[in-house]
Amino acid sequence: MLVTKTAQAGSTANSDVLITVSPSETPGIHLQLKSKDVVLKLFGEQIEKVIMDKAKELGADNVTIKAEDKGALDYTIRARLQAALERASN
Amino acid sequence: MKNAAGVELPEFIKGYGEVKPFAGAFAGYGQVRKVAVRLDSVQPGKTKLLESIDEAIEKVNLRDGMTISFPSHLRNGDYVINQVMEVIAAKGIRDLHLAATHIFPIHEPLVDYIKRGVVTGLSASYISPGAVAKAIMKGYLKNPAVLRSHGGRPRAIEGGELHIDVAFIGAPTADAYGNINGVQGKAACGTLSYGIADAEYADKVVVITDNLVPYPACPIEISQDYVDYVVTVDSIGDPSGIVSGTLSVTKDPVGLRIASLAAQFIDEAGYIKDGMSFQSGAGGTSLAVTAEVRKRMKEKKVVGSFAAGGVTGYIVDMMNEGLFRSVFDVQCFDLKAIASYRDNPKHQGMSGSLYGNPNTKGALVNNLDIMILGATEIDTDFNVNVITGSDGIIMGGSGGHNDTAAGSKLAIIVTNLIKGRLPVVKSKVTTVATPGETVDVLVTERGIAINPRRSDLIEKLKDSALPLVPIETLREMAERLTGVPKPIPFSDEIVAVVEYRDGSVIDVVKKPLD
Repeated sequence: MLVTKTAQAGSTANSDVLITVSPSETPGIHLQLKSKDVVLKLFGEQIEKVIMDKAKELGADNVTIKAEDKGALDYTIRARLQAALERASN
Repeated sequence: MKNAAGVELPEFIKGYGEVKPFAGAFAGYGQVRKVAVRLDSVQPGKTKLLESIDEAIEKVNLRDGMTISFPSHLRNGDYVINQVMEVIAAKGIRDLHLAATHIFPIHEPLVDYIKRGVVTGLSASYISPGAVAKAIMKGYLKNPAVLRSHGGRPRAIEGGELHIDVAFIGAPTADAYGNINGVQGKAACGTLSYGIADAEYADKVVVITDNLVPYPACPIEISQDYVDYVVTVDSIGDPSGIVSGTLSVTKDPVGLRIASLAAQFIDEAGYIKDGMSFQSGAGGTSLAVTAEVRKRMKEKKVVGSFAAGGVTGYIVDMMNEGLFRSVFDVQCFDLKAIASYRDNPKHQGMSGSLYGNPNTKGALVNNLDIMILGATEIDTDFNVNVITGSDGIIMGGSGGHNDTAAGSKLAIIVTNLIKGRLPVVKSKVTTVATPGETVDVLVTERGIAINPRRSDLIEKLKDSALPLVPIETLREMAERLTGVPKPIPFSDEIVAVVEYRDGSVIDVVKKPLD
């Protein structure tokens, strides 16, 4: 999956996540995760893993992923990420 | 040692003292004693009205190491604590124990006094998320903070555990001889329930008002025979922080589903009947339960005996519709509640002690049938946390939570199964505020769990179509959705002691490791 432009999916409503993906100069997947302190403390690592696993599964590379989390569950995060990546790659 | 809530506790906590471990919700009942009060009697002809807070502090001879109290219904509109503390700090007095009822974000200036050692001890029934809570978590306070319920605080005062040297009571209206009320004046807040034990038991009582009226300040709530001095200031509080305009029933479909399940449960359990008594919080979901209960009371043409609590206009409307014969009020939440308390003799005030103190000949909570409560977390033993967030940071306090749970016949916790991504039903709560033995039912949007101790309820609802499940099932559902949270590492440093209403230690709050 080749990310050619910046695209978004999701929202900043409660229990959602706003994912912004954009092309990156450097290879790899560059993740910036924002969420409430308590969520990062208790679930930060898990959320990062969910995003990285999904991005790899979709074959994303040379991409920056910004995730502005508002308490989304894993399936929401995966769906928003997939939508953002597909919008960014065609 | 382990207490009856399964919490590991030290025998002695520095800055707190010997630990009396929680031994069960009803283990503290029996013969008790109240302390005698020392006071300076007031001879005819003496005036009580002083020029300034400064003069009052001189007159009461405030010294290092004393306990000063600030009972308050002014919530996030309170100016009294900050004004008095500013004067105290300027006079160089140090090492004070500040016995508040509520700490709100407006009390942020306390952080500086805590850092400078002006305030070295703090107790309260509720500490909202904010700068003071953060300062406590960082260990800035020399002694651990002490959290007591609305009934536990007056119990501690009357029993002598919490001896108050000087009480500073903010009064929306006062006269020059110390009679006060809360229903008149621009900072009107309604009942003055929390300050009654302070007025009765403190060595010295200073009234601070911004509405001095000609003698007498009827309708008097706290009377002159308890008051040493009266001081006037420009403003004791910001009305917009004291009362809410209107509190409204939630529109959130999850909250509405919880409310409808809870009301259905109450009905099927047989609690919607003539003479019923009821209390619920002012949160959106709790109000939605109240709305559902109202509907069912009307359908069944039921007249309840009383509604109690922090009172909202919604409860006032129910009384005025004839659904309750009376209201017992410990805190007015909105303008309609204040007006009703002022004008309607069926709208009765009550002291904090009458509300929830177990060391009395019967607190009002003992007469409660149905109690609707919230939770930050609840565990599979039905223990409830309303003290700390899931990250272990102080963000609340018992308020009347454990008092009403213990007293009521049907204590129902209503909560979302998960809040955002955080599971509410867990195998172990971060901090125990209310012991599981006093909690009867948990209602979530995905199922209802009855405490196995309530075999009568389980039997009564055995043919119900309600989604009744074991609490363990709810915990599994929650964790399946959110994942298992990473455990939070804590240090051994105790930053707050959580007392149960009887004064035993039910839990402690430790400083998190960074």
